[in-house]
Amino acid sequence: MIKVLLFAGMQERAGKSEIQLDEPHLLVSEIKRKLENQYDFPQMFTGCLSAVNEEFAEDDTEVRSGDVVAFIPPVSGG
Amino acid sequence: MKPFEITKDPISVQEVIDKVIHPDAGAVNSFIGTVREMTKGKRTTYLKYEAYIPMAEKQLRKIGEEIAAEWTDAKCAITHRIGELGISEIAVVIAVSTPHRAHSFEACRYAIERIKEIVPIWKKEHWEDGSMWVGDQLETTSYPKGRPESEGKNK
Repeated sequence: MIKVLLFAGMQERAGKSEIQLDEPHLLVSEIKRKLENQYDFPQMFTGCLSAVNEEFAEDDTEVRSGDVVAFIPPVSGG
Repeated sequence: MKPFEITKDPISVQEVIDKVIHPDAGAVNSFIGTVREMTKGKRTTYLKYEAYIPMAEKQLRKIGEEIAAEWTDAKCAITHRIGELGISEIAVVIAVSTPHRAHSFEACRYAIERIKEIVPIWKKEHWEDGSMWVGDQLETTSYPKGRPESEGKNK
């Protein structure tokens, strides 16, 4: 099981903060494609960063069952 | 004592400062970020901050490490609040102590700029007639290199 976390506007758009994917392993890019199809939201990840287990990751980072993936829209703290 | 912290409670400026006070310090610089009412002619009624808390605290610690590498004599503490904040409430407090004043100013400035780049915290502006996540839509900060730069020494 891969846990996916959504925040801010993406969370509101998807209507949930957490999604479980029942897959042994996926690339970050594959997760993005899956969610874009699921939510019929082609530009869902534009301008968005990815993190795997709380570290910034790339589209070709491999994610395994038990990992936590977070999609991070442009930040606005401070 | 937790030098780098995300909290749901009001921030005590003094508590953050106390975390960096020590006998070798001759200067303590603090930055206090507060909720502004007017932005580009629009009146904010309140802000809502949200964070990916474990990663946000990790990234705040990373800013502390970057400061320690650049200003080896600096001691730094940062607390950022999340949840709903009214006008003039404190959203973030940074304190940096150093033996001499110049480094405390530089490192404190560095910390707030880095918070705006690499820490997963988002604010949602609420106005009388609507709301929007800042950083969302077209006002977006973009990441030309695909991610925040890890060593952005922009002092």
